[in-house]
Amino acid sequence: MRRSRSVLAGGVLVLAAAFLVFAPLGLKPYGIFILSMWAVMTIAAIGLNLTLGYAGQISLAQAAFVGIGAYLTAYLTTKGWPFWSTYVFGGASCFAIGWLLGYPALRVQHHYLAFVTLAFNTLVYLIFRNEEWLTGGIYGISNVPRPSVLGWSMNGAREFYYFCLAHLVLVSAATWGLIRSPWGLAFVALRENPIRALSLGVDTRRYTLMAFALGAALGGVSGALYAPLVQFIDPTPFALGLSLNLLLMVVLGGSGYFFGPFLGAIVAVLLPEWLRFTQGFYLMGYAVLVMIMMAFSPSGLLGLADRLTRLAPRSAAGAVGESPAAAARSEGAG
Amino acid sequence: MRRSKFVLAFATLMLLSGAAGADVKFAYVGEISGSIAVSGGNFRDGIILAVEEINAKGGILKEKIALTLYDTQTNPGVARSQMQKAIDGDPYVILGPIFSGNVKVTMQMVRQAEIPDFIGGEAAELTTLGSPYLFRTSFGQQIGMPKIANYIRDELKAKTIALIWVNNDFGKGGRDRLIKELTARNIKLVADVSTESGQVDFAADVVKLKAANADAVFVYSNEEECARIMREARKQGLKGPFVGDTTLLSQKTIELAADAANGVVGHVGLTADAPIPAVTQFAQRFQKRFNYKPDHNGIKGYTAVYAVKYVTEKKLGKFDRKGFAKTMHGLTITPQDEPGILMETTWDGTGEIDRISFLAEVINGKQNISKVLPKLGK
Amino acid sequence: MTDILQLLVAGLATGGIYALVAVGFTLLWQTSQTINFAQGEFVMLPAFFVLIGMGYFGLAFWPAVALGGAASVVVLGLAFKKLMVDPMIRHGVLPLVIATIGLAILMKEAVREFWGADAWPFPALGATTDVTVFGAVFAVQSLLILAICIAVVVALQLFLGGTLTGRCMQATAQNPTVARLLGIRVERMILYTFLINGALVTVASLLITPIYLAKFTNGEWLGLYAFIAAIIGGFNQARGAIAGGLLLGVVDNFAAAYISSQYRTAIPLLILIVVILFRPQGMFGRIEERTV
Repeated sequence: MRRSRSVLAGGVLVLAAAFLVFAPLGLKPYGIFILSMWAVMTIAAIGLNLTLGYAGQISLAQAAFVGIGAYLTAYLTTKGWPFWSTYVFGGASCFAIGWLLGYPALRVQHHYLAFVTLAFNTLVYLIFRNEEWLTGGIYGISNVPRPSVLGWSMNGAREFYYFCLAHLVLVSAATWGLIRSPWGLAFVALRENPIRALSLGVDTRRYTLMAFALGAALGGVSGALYAPLVQFIDPTPFALGLSLNLLLMVVLGGSGYFFGPFLGAIVAVLLPEWLRFTQGFYLMGYAVLVMIMMAFSPSGLLGLADRLTRLAPRSAAGAVGESPAAAARSEGAG
Repeated sequence: MRRSKFVLAFATLMLLSGAAGADVKFAYVGEISGSIAVSGGNFRDGIILAVEEINAKGGILKEKIALTLYDTQTNPGVARSQMQKAIDGDPYVILGPIFSGNVKVTMQMVRQAEIPDFIGGEAAELTTLGSPYLFRTSFGQQIGMPKIANYIRDELKAKTIALIWVNNDFGKGGRDRLIKELTARNIKLVADVSTESGQVDFAADVVKLKAANADAVFVYSNEEECARIMREARKQGLKGPFVGDTTLLSQKTIELAADAANGVVGHVGLTADAPIPAVTQFAQRFQKRFNYKPDHNGIKGYTAVYAVKYVTEKKLGKFDRKGFAKTMHGLTITPQDEPGILMETTWDGTGEIDRISFLAEVINGKQNISKVLPKLGK
Repeated sequence: MTDILQLLVAGLATGGIYALVAVGFTLLWQTSQTINFAQGEFVMLPAFFVLIGMGYFGLAFWPAVALGGAASVVVLGLAFKKLMVDPMIRHGVLPLVIATIGLAILMKEAVREFWGADAWPFPALGATTDVTVFGAVFAVQSLLILAICIAVVVALQLFLGGTLTGRCMQATAQNPTVARLLGIRVERMILYTFLINGALVTVASLLITPIYLAKFTNGEWLGLYAFIAAIIGGFNQARGAIAGGLLLGVVDNFAAAYISSQYRTAIPLLILIVVILFRPQGMFGRIEERTV
């Protein structure tokens, strides 16, 4: 039974990978743009998943980090800096800012953290909006160039999409490695039972900070890709709305599941475009879906899929409903 | 005999199906939802009215106009993706966006695709960014602000101004422009109050305006905020005169502010209350079709479609996007040339527009035109 | 001097409304661990019920208010509890938070879709005239708002402190397990809290919508300010919410008038961050013990 489940999961993965690689060949620029946006948002969601799903911290500041990464990249590339330097710089800055923010903020209880990060996000937005000398203010930064890799320009829609996809693969691989490492186990321990983790000698504070800062860094990388994708940066996209959207993405997909962010981003980015004819009804349907999920399957869509494809029922545990890590442990390695 | 009849019938069938299949595509990429949904909706309805009228008479060069609507949600990220979608559909012309920020984010794409774009945005810088495919449908702030600065200096004889403005592309652009014009006329700005888009509580801002004790108060914001500001101003007893540009005197503002709007004066580029029969008749047709009175955005959308018709039919004789753009630069269309243009309109080499405009006052809940201001060019 | 007085009164009036909304928010948290992210939208909605009453059912203002108020209490109090909170609370706090975020979106989009995106005028409860005291002009409306808020809060405090039901509700908030042991019908007390919140947001809606105009986006900032007020005041004390609300209203107005207007909204946020980091229990709250 377990084997067939892995086969099913593997099959889905292969299909998805094939789609991601070959679909752009048949899509118009609009479709390719949307797929690129999905890839970029997934990176940000993976970051938030680290913070929320694995370390159990509610962060509503992810949009601010995406914004910082985007503005840094826009500012530097329009001044002529090479692209690889901007996202290294962006990722590192967001890591540092995340660490600095997290240091005092993570002392407080979960629901308070939500408010602190919410306030931080709005403050950062205000700085973006008001400091015209630095960010272009409300007018923003236009004509953000697309990078070239080894002399090969990424200007075209299709080329840039593969560029984003490559980054997504890199980020996913790095995150996978992180989660399988002792760091990752420490994160999960933190989420399951912080007091017990403390008693076992895990430096909860250090690991929580690390998860939060890493999540922020990924937000920065996402922003660094967002800037050349949209090629015009203004403060509007980085307000609280995006943070809430990313949170919903992670939770809907399944927080704590590796592929949760991918799925959540599909629902949040791709679905609205395909269903745009329904307009306001789409958003209402999305909201109702979220509410129903929270009532019946708080561990998101993947949690639901998990339960449906398993023989024996599992008891609820973990940050949001069932803990996938705990379930994996009790199922045996692999 | 029978064969030739058959051939004739077949040929006619081919022609008809060909004619029915050939539609000229128009795309409207505008703010149908989001913070300026009112303006975007007006613009769209103006377009729809014009398209229906033109199609009823056979279309442009015998092709019916097929209009597709795209909603930017007053959000630059969405605007960009929707504009890409619109461009993918290969339209002849694009209409909108109205929100200046959305125009900026989509300008490059439209220019690269070489599609003429009739925008509704009024931010001054839009025509300075060098796109040969961009055409306004109403004054940029660099045309409107000098006119109203003259009014402030000559009619109101005000030496000091207290300004309240909304902190977005539109508001900041207007503010920057206005300050330039006022300074050039030796009028001092004694209060510079910025407000948030969507702000609801203006108590503190009105207190600041009162403290400034200016000769006149300039209100530059979106319709709803203008209404809230006026209500708060009356509530606190802030003394006018209150001056504005278009939005302060628009239909929606008057509706929402009720009595608070009375006595407000300002410059209006386009208005359904203009003392021009063509405009009044348009407003009546609009009201009949959509059950509400159009604001200036309705006129913008309507006249844009007719401009396309005129240039394509009378000047080009064919559907040629590049030729269209070239022809538009330096073109003047009079109501004699094309009644649908409603008022004589000139476009210059940057896509900037020139028309007569009006000074208005709100009396008893209605906009009253007190003066007609001539075109800058002629 | 007159400016300061005017700002103070305006600030207290808005602050009174924040206080009402913050008290409801705090009550929900205290009794049932519900963080209602949709609290702002809860304030936005009752006004639309009243408008529907006037528009579709052709009622005069006050009958529409009665109808709208009843509908609000049922939908935002009873239905909210039974349909949303009860099924979800067993999963913990976070799912409910997420669900209320979803609810906020749903309410906003539903109003936008079915009523419209425009702002609508809303009748004021009292006269829209001014009164001049010591040379300062005060709007009668502001004074009326302040008076009503004070009255409601005083009534609430009397209810909670003076009646048996009120004291049972307080007991439920402090320690539900012990309350149950003492024979208090905890479920019913929690229901009352939700109903009271429904009533509070309705009053807030009636007071604020004449000024803000009825629009589907009204809840956004209002909700945020209510959270800030509740936290500054003390998340586990109703008294704190009141103080927090009034303080916030006044600080916000003075900051807007005397500090940069571009960073006006930053001041409450900075206060929030400082309070959470250095005194998380707020001005009046008790330090929350950690349950192991």
